[in-house]
Amino acid sequence: MLAGSSAIFLFVSALLALALLKPGLGANVPPKRWLVWGGLAFPGVVLSALLVFALATGERLLPHPGTQAYTVEALPEQWLWRFRYPGGGESVGTLHIPAGQPVDVRVIGTDVIHSFWVPRLGGKIDAIPGHVNTIRLTADRPGSYGGVCSEFCGTGHTGMIFTALAHEAEGFEAALAAVLSGEAPR
Amino acid sequence: MSQVDLPLVPGDVAEPASGDAALPPKLTAAQRGLERIWATPPGWGRLSSVNHTVLGRRFIVAAFVFFAIGGVLAMLIRAQLASPRSAFVGPDVYNQIFTMHGTVMMFLFAIPMFEGLAIYLLPKMLGARDFAFPRLTALGFWCYLFGGSILIAALVMGVAPDSGWFMYTPLSSNVYSPGINADVWLLGVTFVEISAVAAAVELTVSILKFRAPGMTLAKMPLFAWYILVTAGMMLVGFPPLILGSILLELERAADLPFFDPTRGGDPLLWQHLFWLFGHPEVYIIFLPAAGILTTMIPVLARREILGYSWIVVAITALGFLSFGLWVHHMFTVGIPHLAQSFFSAASVLVAIPTGVQIFLWLGTLMAGRPRMSVPMLFVVGFFLIFVCGGLTGVMLAIVPFDWQAHDTHFVVAHLHYVLVGGFVFPMLAAAYYYLPHVTGREPLYGVGKLAFWLIFLGFNATFLVMHLTGLLGMPRRWAVVPEGYGWDWPNLVSSIGGFVMTAGFALFAADVLFQIRFGRRSKPDPWGAETLEWATAIPPRPYAFAAIPAVSSRTPLRDRPDLGAALERGEGYLAEPRHGWQETLVVGIADGRPEHIAVLPRPTFLPLLTALAIGAFVLSLLFKLYWLSPVALLLVTGLLLAWSGQAGQRQDHGPLSAGMGLALPLHAEVERPATWWGMLFLLVADATLFASLMFGGLFLWLVAPGWPGPAPLDLPWTPTVGLLVSALAAALLGRAALIAVPRSTRLAAALLVAAALAHALAAGCAILIAATAVPTPTLHAHMAVSVAVLGYVALHGAIGAVLAGLGAWRCLAGYVSAKRSADLRTGALWHGYTAAATLLALGFLVGLGRLAPLRELAVP
Repeated sequence: MLAGSSAIFLFVSALLALALLKPGLGANVPPKRWLVWGGLAFPGVVLSALLVFALATGERLLPHPGTQAYTVEALPEQWLWRFRYPGGGESVGTLHIPAGQPVDVRVIGTDVIHSFWVPRLGGKIDAIPGHVNTIRLTADRPGSYGGVCSEFCGTGHTGMIFTALAHEAEGFEAALAAVLSGEAPR
Repeated sequence: MSQVDLPLVPGDVAEPASGDAALPPKLTAAQRGLERIWATPPGWGRLSSVNHTVLGRRFIVAAFVFFAIGGVLAMLIRAQLASPRSAFVGPDVYNQIFTMHGTVMMFLFAIPMFEGLAIYLLPKMLGARDFAFPRLTALGFWCYLFGGSILIAALVMGVAPDSGWFMYTPLSSNVYSPGINADVWLLGVTFVEISAVAAAVELTVSILKFRAPGMTLAKMPLFAWYILVTAGMMLVGFPPLILGSILLELERAADLPFFDPTRGGDPLLWQHLFWLFGHPEVYIIFLPAAGILTTMIPVLARREILGYSWIVVAITALGFLSFGLWVHHMFTVGIPHLAQSFFSAASVLVAIPTGVQIFLWLGTLMAGRPRMSVPMLFVVGFFLIFVCGGLTGVMLAIVPFDWQAHDTHFVVAHLHYVLVGGFVFPMLAAAYYYLPHVTGREPLYGVGKLAFWLIFLGFNATFLVMHLTGLLGMPRRWAVVPEGYGWDWPNLVSSIGGFVMTAGFALFAADVLFQIRFGRRSKPDPWGAETLEWATAIPPRPYAFAAIPAVSSRTPLRDRPDLGAALERGEGYLAEPRHGWQETLVVGIADGRPEHIAVLPRPTFLPLLTALAIGAFVLSLLFKLYWLSPVALLLVTGLLLAWSGQAGQRQDHGPLSAGMGLALPLHAEVERPATWWGMLFLLVADATLFASLMFGGLFLWLVAPGWPGPAPLDLPWTPTVGLLVSALAAALLGRAALIAVPRSTRLAAALLVAAALAHALAAGCAILIAATAVPTPTLHAHMAVSVAVLGYVALHGAIGAVLAGLGAWRCLAGYVSAKRSADLRTGALWHGYTAAATLLALGFLVGLGRLAPLRELAVP
């Protein structure tokens, strides 16, 4: 999109420069040509292509019921992140996930609106009181990924960050159990 | 108002402020007469002004002052973010600063600025002496000034709104924002919105009806088309926000749970109502700027605009499209992907009518011989910045991209490219272009060029790099820049750029002041423009045109270059002052044929007093002095009733000479004067508000958690039938009075008294239903919505009773005759609407009660 946008911007700038530097250059261009080519055909083609691409990409990123995914719950509140795992265990400030497989995070609204975002793992989804939204993430390899609240939520908004910790898939259950029982650092 | 006492104009002729020796030639006797009739009184009398030139200037100056305040807030933001871990202000103050920056720029700068420009320019472009409702213009100005002052006073006292300019609830609810801060926003902005709705009605009616004879719709300057579309959008765009603000304030003050998910409300309803306004708002701001570009570009390029009718089609399409894409602000709230894709497609579709305009402007420039000047510099700046903003806008409309970029600084960069590029730059161009018109002084361009480069370079330094800050992941509204993410240097660059830009704006302000003070007298039409606003004297006289011209093309000054001088000599319509009347011509909407003469109200303090009374009402709500609210409301009603005494005629005049051999009736003696049209468009806005309320009810039923509510709503039979019958009776009696007028005005008065009683009965029934059927509206959103709907009905009944009573009084006081029955026709619109709304409201209440248990079927 950046390349396309730059090209369009340069094209428009060039037309503008020509208008100022070579006055009268376009005196013989019939007005309809500006309308049909510039106003209709050009954006029409570019935008249609973009929309098809966007729909396909969006579908690829979304959680679909058919696929198997590890599911955790995120319960953000002013101003901390609480995560709940299938067994009922909870952690605060750190989200533990298995690497190399899709993870569905069920983001549950509690007090005010927050938004769950781990920039390196995917898009963002809002936590809206009274609603539950699901987002699918995949961490390709184990590691620590920064996460933030991206919807303004009051005076503590800036500090409302968390870490997504991706563990090796094989030892994930054991690692999680260790963390939740307090044996390993949270 | 047949004969009016004329105050003496000091020095016989009101000179423009400076008293320059090189004034235009001596005024004719007719012009002196007009001057006396139209002049704004001096001293304290200035506060009574209802003149469009004066009020337009005041709107522009006030908007610029608010722009400066918003700019200072922006500088505080940039100071805070200039370095990592800055402890300049704490998050509580920072939240107030950015909330107020957005609020001030949107509500107190952008909208009033274009309103001011339109108010100043449009009557002159259209060949009218003033707008249809001069007192409404004044009321709008005072409401804007007082509402804005409440917000700024709160800022100074440290209790400004701090939940973001979008006021998302529950953060803005009384649970999470218990202080006065959020109330300041909800009440202050709604107060200001009175002026937006007033301006929308004013502009719509005036553009459609108050033009020079011969100016058909197809011969109107394009700026008028742009403002017509904008005003139409305001009529349906602002009511959702006003409704949302009222509901949220009701939730905060009276605990009615419209947005509380634990009691059947939904925070998403606020987002829908807010963006249903908020997105069209962007186009409401952009279209007037585009309109002024379309006015300037052909003049600067010395070539007629290409594709007049295509531009009209494009902006009309844009107006409609802009209401179908608000959801693109809500791509991360969990709406189904297919629905998101629909709104995404609608969003990118906007690029087509915008592209049509851009390429037609480029085509015009390329076909002509553009000359370089300071306005042209700012036009070039507009092109470069706005096209970038449009392109990033398309990016953000792409759903998966938005999931990443949403709520980061990328969006901040995008919206500033759109709004500064698409609004501020065109306004700066317009400032330099129209300065000679406002001041009558020749422009000097040395400083303007420097100001342009400072603003242009400073802007790009601030916001170009901010795209990167956003793509690097920095979320919006963070009070500090943390170290170690690579966000420090782009933020520093942005801050430096911001200060450069501010220096540019300061230079612009100084430049304008210098030109007003020291500029040389300008010749009449310095740009060689061909539209009517340049046929007035510059600076314009309060009556704008000494005589109203006949128009036969889109370029009246090309047809007749000496038109201005001819009009000064009185060669045109309504050149002879009489009876102390402020007269202007009213034409047919499409064909521009003269229809009647409108006699406009003269300067009065009533708008100021009314705005003060509304201000007292707002403050009583703000400080929870609820005992004062009904008193203030009575005061507002009384003052508004007093407006009516100055309008209308107590005798039949029959056709009067309008000059040029034409005889026309007065506005009081026609079937549909401006007031009728004004009422019609006001009801359009009103109906939109009601539709938004019903949308809200259905939305909650479908989406909110916790439905159905605790108990189904049962409408009690007797008051329900009473409400229905009395509302219909009021409408029929209002009609009957209209039919009775030719026979007897006393009979008409009696029928109207009966209508007023029926209205009052209807209002009483609505209150009774609310009290018996919904004893505890705080229990559940279903109850709260029902009470809101009944409250709407009761309010309309109460207003209907007052209007019918007013009609009866005007019958008895001699304002109504067989020929002068338009008052009753205007009232009948209200009575009819109220009956229809009551019917719809009852249907809605019954329907929602029946639907409530069925939600399981709709939402599996």
